[in-house]
Amino acid sequence: MKIAVTSQGRELDSQVDPRFGRAAYILIVDSETMAFEVLDNRENVNSLKGAGIQAAADVHNKGAAVLLTGFCGPNAFKTLNAAGVKVANDASGTVREAVQAFLDGKLTFADKENVEGNW
Amino acid sequence: MIISVASGKGGTGKTTVATNLAASVGGKVLLMDCDVEEPNAHLFLNPVFESTRTVTTPVPEIDEEKCTRCGKCAEICQFRALVVLGQTVLSFENLCHSCGGCEMVCPVKAIRWKERGLGTIRKGRRNGLEFVDGQLRIGEAMSPPLIREVRAQTAAEGLTIIDAPPGTSCPVIAAMKGADFVLLVTEPTPFGLHDLKLALGAVRMLGIPCGLVINRSDIGYGKVKEYAREESLPVLMEIPFDRGIAEAYSRGELLSENMPGWKEKFMELYRRIDSLVKREKSS
Repeated sequence: MKIAVTSQGRELDSQVDPRFGRAAYILIVDSETMAFEVLDNRENVNSLKGAGIQAAADVHNKGAAVLLTGFCGPNAFKTLNAAGVKVANDASGTVREAVQAFLDGKLTFADKENVEGNW
Repeated sequence: MIISVASGKGGTGKTTVATNLAASVGGKVLLMDCDVEEPNAHLFLNPVFESTRTVTTPVPEIDEEKCTRCGKCAEICQFRALVVLGQTVLSFENLCHSCGGCEMVCPVKAIRWKERGLGTIRKGRRNGLEFVDGQLRIGEAMSPPLIREVRAQTAAEGLTIIDAPPGTSCPVIAAMKGADFVLLVTEPTPFGLHDLKLALGAVRMLGIPCGLVINRSDIGYGKVKEYAREESLPVLMEIPFDRGIAEAYSRGELLSENMPGWKEKFMELYRRIDSLVKREKSS
């Protein structure tokens, strides 16, 4: 399964970026092999509006089934929901730790956004 | 003539200056409150409102039958108002700026238009003074189209005074563009000066002549006047930090009608603006 994790850096040992739409990077991690692909999200970081929507579409296009992040706004959540990507917004630590916590069933899927738009 | 009263920093006294100027000048005057996110000029003028109407902007609606999910509309949209995810097309109409790009690139004419409410425009009058303001719909993020609609009410003749929103971004530009003069209102504080610099930069970019009003002018930070001198920005009026003025303001009263001498000071302000505009036009 492909798992998307928002990250402050380009490595598995980078810290999880708590923001979704404006995260520096999004790592698409294969949970079986721990192989990963780096999505550079820095262009989105400075976008005026719709950063979460674009990031959500990118996550979907990369074929991720799950997103692990900290905060997810209403537009991003609606987009992820429409794309069938499940969201856990209680991820923390490094990307590797977040993936492990998810695989151990320690993270919970959100049923709605946990932050207002443009916060 | 159109005079736009702007500031950069909020709370410097734009509305005080705009309302008092409008009430003092006499003749055919229209006051426009373009601070549509929180209009308050009406609190000082108490106009009798004669009409209210809703302003809308077109937003796309996708004809799901015709749509081939090619994604061209989502690609051209700079505001991410449209997203294509597999077979699903999502529309975030609150983000749409009504540019029409999606319709232009759609190869199968699957874009229809519907209206999204932006807010309301109210018109009224008080004695001889005409008044118009815009009120942005709560939750709406885009104020420039509503501000432009308020501006469209400008009379061909007489004086129009615009109470602009604070800041230096799109809403302020919408409230300054095309004005004959921009009256910047600031306060002598580091914050006031910081935002004055930004505001003056925007006004100069638009190429509009401008002048400065310093409110609470005697509270002690001299760098605003220094800056005005350096920039050849004429200081057209100073309003002292005065308890009587603050009390009148807190009661929603106009200085020009409740405190001696102020009507004349605002008339003098207008004369100085008028002569600067005439000088600009003749040069």
